[in-house]
Formats: sequence, structure tokens, C-alpha cells
Amino acid sequence: MDSLWMTITVIVYLFAVGYLGYRGYRATHSATDYLIAGRKTHPYVMAISYGATFISTSAIVGFGGAAGVFGMGLLWLTVLNIFFGIFIAFVLFGGRTRSIGLRLDAHTFPELLGRRFKSRFLQGSSALIIFLFMPLYASAVLIGAAKFIAEQLGIPYEAALFVFSVVVALYVIMGGIKGVMYTDALQGTIMLVGMIALIALTYHSLGGIAPAHEALTRLVEQVPDKLKAGGHLGWTSMPKFGSPLWWTLVSTIVMGVGVGVLAQPQLAVRYMTVKSGRELNRAVPIGGVFILMMTGVAFVVGALTNVYFFNSVGKIAIGAAAGDVEKIIPMYIKGAMPAWFGLLFMLTLLSAAMSTVSSQIHVMGTSLGRDLVEQAFRAKKAGSGMLATRLGVLIGILVSVYLGYELEKRFGKTGTEIVARGTAVFFGLCACAFLPMYAGALWSRAITRAGAIAGMLTGACSSMLWMLFVHEKESTALLLCKTLFGVRSLGIKLVEGKEVFVHAGPMVWAFVDPLVIGLPLAMLVTVLVSMFTRKLSEDHLKRCFG
Amino acid sequence: MLFGIQDPWVWLAYVLSILSAVLCVGWGIFNWNKDDSAKEPDEEVRHWAEEEDKVEEEL
Repeated sequence: MDSLWMTITVIVYLFAVGYLGYRGYRATHSATDYLIAGRKTHPYVMAISYGATFISTSAIVGFGGAAGVFGMGLLWLTVLNIFFGIFIAFVLFGGRTRSIGLRLDAHTFPELLGRRFKSRFLQGSSALIIFLFMPLYASAVLIGAAKFIAEQLGIPYEAALFVFSVVVALYVIMGGIKGVMYTDALQGTIMLVGMIALIALTYHSLGGIAPAHEALTRLVEQVPDKLKAGGHLGWTSMPKFGSPLWWTLVSTIVMGVGVGVLAQPQLAVRYMTVKSGRELNRAVPIGGVFILMMTGVAFVVGALTNVYFFNSVGKIAIGAAAGDVEKIIPMYIKGAMPAWFGLLFMLTLLSAAMSTVSSQIHVMGTSLGRDLVEQAFRAKKAGSGMLATRLGVLIGILVSVYLGYELEKRFGKTGTEIVARGTAVFFGLCACAFLPMYAGALWSRAITRAGAIAGMLTGACSSMLWMLFVHEKESTALLLCKTLFGVRSLGIKLVEGKEVFVHAGPMVWAFVDPLVIGLPLAMLVTVLVSMFTRKLSEDHLKRCFG
Repeated sequence: MLFGIQDPWVWLAYVLSILSAVLCVGWGIFNWNKDDSAKEPDEEVRHWAEEEDKVEEEL
């Protein structure tokens, strides 16, 4: 019976998504419509679409599960998500991106950077970075969604992957960004309802806000020895300062994802979809509350699952889930929540995955079609650019599916780990490569074309090298360091066969996020090179800044 | 202990995450009708962008 209801719900949902995709297709008449929704999007649609794109299934299940291990300290990520990811992003970056994008008639993130610095190389190379690395990030979301659907509906994984990819590909190829944003609005609204219900039911079942937190605080005695050794001090406390767990929490999770969001091309392009600064102002409260209800709820509930599992089976969350962080939230929903909520939560996760993947492949498509093919062949006439972009979307989703599927098939667990690092790799890379020149493009008249290019290359190379050889999460999964140097990270020394983490003061290098290294380096190079190279003409700057 | 949370760094995060959302709501309400100066790109800008591309190509 459950499975029947589940199937009916998914079919109704897919029809609704298909209908909105069709509405997007009907409302798309030009490249401007396809790329930036004719610059006329409603603030609710824009804000919810931004939030739903930002929040994928892994933000709820993966990071929620991580909160089950780390505890409520993860809420610092919510603070950064809202303050940087919404407030600073919309108010500072959004307004400028929209107005400069308008003045330069830019339609994509790489086009904005290219026109601002009068460099086709910059446009092409930014697009290339997006097109080369986005598939890994999209794979991570796509594979996660397909596994989830297969498990929920009891269908083969390949069938779930096929249906999911075809549905998303269809509405993105046909409806462009309008199709993406209309469906995002529906999906984001479902996510909002699902997460509000989740926090209300959780606090209610644990006796209220303070009693629930107090019960979690009392569990401090149950922290396993392995976590204690890593610096864990309980689920309502931060890990011990400078410990490996502290570094992982603060550096990777908080900094890596919190600040990295500012330079995400699939998010930045949304600022250019609204008509005026007024719409951006109106989108701020919607975005702020949306993100609070997403990551805030996921992290609080994730941590509180420890109380539920301890009361019901006498184990903490990670113990009950047999060490699988990703299983904590699904097991909690199945065990602690009413049956009807399981259905709503399934839709919530499906929506989270679909809204993220659709925007990812749209950006991949526009990077290939608009920024690379159109620029290379000057194919601006008679809709050939639109065709190239649509083909780009198709290629983007095919590459993502192939990559995720093949990596897992060929390399087994190693492949799964590589895909799982996709989000962190892309966020880190974008932040280091794009953030210094993007910020410079919006506010500084002194940043030169050469400075922007040098900063981008420095950021991209330094973050990639750090991920390949030092940051143990990526370097272990990507295997290159082990192959070349015999250790899984250059931040780890082998002493009598045992791994010892190399550190300088409180900096345990293997746990320091690529952003902590790559971003300051890229900023420094951008500024230094700009000081000694030719400035852009006053006429051009006047046109950019008005 | 605030809201049953022992570590001040954690309850600060709890409070700040809510306050950040309140800040967003407040900003939206106070700037509900406030606009910036940039308007739709006119023909001149579109023409300029095309010219720029041509010049770049020639260079």
C-alpha cells in the first residue's frame, strides 16, 4: 500500500514538473528568455529557485547525517549560508551583478566576467572550468537521487537513473532557465513544507525545544572513544579547538561551503533574471527564511536523532546506522516519523535533487553553447546559439550520468568516493578561481584583465593541487598522491607504518580546506598583477559602473 | 545553558542563524520598494557589445 501511494505521488509530482517545464517552454522566445528568463522573474520564484538550487539532497541527508556525528556546531554553516549565501550574496553581489550584467548585456556568468574585463580568453576559460568540473558535482547529486528513488520505489537503480535524467533533461532542454525556475519554485515550496513539518514533529516528539537540547547535552557520556580522541566534546558543544574534528568542522564544512557559495555560476546567473533591484530586495527575506528552514532544520534534527536513537535502541545515531552517516536521516524518518511524513519527505528529497541538477545542467549547457561554441564560431545568427546551448545541456547531462555510472562501475567504492567529493571539489574550485575576480569585477576599477586572468589561474591551480595532494578527503579519493608518493596525502607522514598528521601550530595541513590556501593566494596574485599591468580604459569602466 | 545548549559557541550559532534570517526579513521589509538605477539595456548597449566583440576578433 505504501509503495502504491509512493508511486502515485511520484507520478503526480512528475506530471506537475512536466507541466511547469512545458509552461517554461511556451514562455521562451529568445536567447535572453532561455538564458536569463527575459530578466523578468518574480522575486519569490527567483529566491526559492536560488535556494532550491543551492540545497541538494546531500545538504539535507549528507550534512544532516554529519550533524548526527559532529553535533549542533554545524549550525555555524547555517549562519554563513544565510549571511553570506543570501544576505551578502543578494544585497552586495546580486545588485551589482544585475546592474553590470545589464550594462554589458551579459547573459551568463562567464560572459559577465569576459565582458567586464574585455577578455574572450577569460570567458572561454571560465566556461571551460565550469564545463569540465560541473559534471562531477552534477554526478554526485544525480547518483544520490537515483539511488534514493530506486530504494524508495523498489525499482532498479539503472531505471531510476534513466527516468530521472530524462525528465530533467527534457524540461531543461525545452524550457531553458524558465523551465528550471518554474519547476524550482514548486520543488522549493515542497521542500519548505517538508522541512517545517520535520522540525515541528521532531521538537514535539522530544518534549519541546529546550528539553530536546538538554537531552542531547546529557548524551555527552555516550561519545565513542574514537570521536573523543578526535576532539568531540558532545553534540551541543564545538569540538576541541585545533583538533582534527575542529578543523574538519570549521575549515571544510563552514568555510568551504559557506563562503564558496558566493562564486557559484549557477547561483550568480539568477541575479540577472530579475527586472530590477527592487525584486532582489524582495527576494532577500524569502531566501533567508528558506535557507534557515533547510540547513538549520537539517542540522538541528540531525543532531537530535542521537536522542531518538538512544531512547529507542540504546545507541547513538552513528552506531544505530552502523557507521553509515548517509543512513542516519532516512532511518530517523522511517522510525520516528508518521507514515504520511515519509511520503512528504520523499518528495522533499526528490525536489531537492531535481532543482539542483536542473540548474547544474543548464549552466553546463550555457557554458558550452553560449560561452564556448558561440564565441569560437561566432554563431550568433538565426538561433544557432540556442541550438548549441540546448545541445550543451544534452551533452552536460550525458557526461554527468556517464561519469557517475562509469566511475562506480569501474572503480567500485573508490569511484563512489570520487563522486561523493564532487560537490566539495566544485565549490572549492569556483571559490578560488572566480571569487577574487568576480568581487573585483563588481567593485574595483583597479583590477586589470591580466590581474583577473592571473588570479583565476592561481586560484584554480592552487586549489586543485591542494585537493590532489594535501586535503586528505579529496587526495585519498582521487588516488594520485598515493600513486606518486606512496601516502594518501602529503599532510600525512608515515612513522613506523602509522599515519601522523603534519602540522604547523594549530594548522593540521591534511584537514585545512583548499579555500583557506587557494583564495588568499588568488586574491594576492590578482591585486599584485593588477598593480603592474595596463588598466582598462576609463570609457569602458564608465560603461560598466554607470 | 541557553535553550538547553551548554557551549556558548553553539547556542550563539543557534541564535545567530535565526537572527540572520530575521536580518533578511527586516532588510526586505525596509527596502521593499527601493530600486537601483540600472534599467533594461537599450539598443545602444547591445550595439556596443556587438561592436566590442568585432573589435576583439579583429585584434
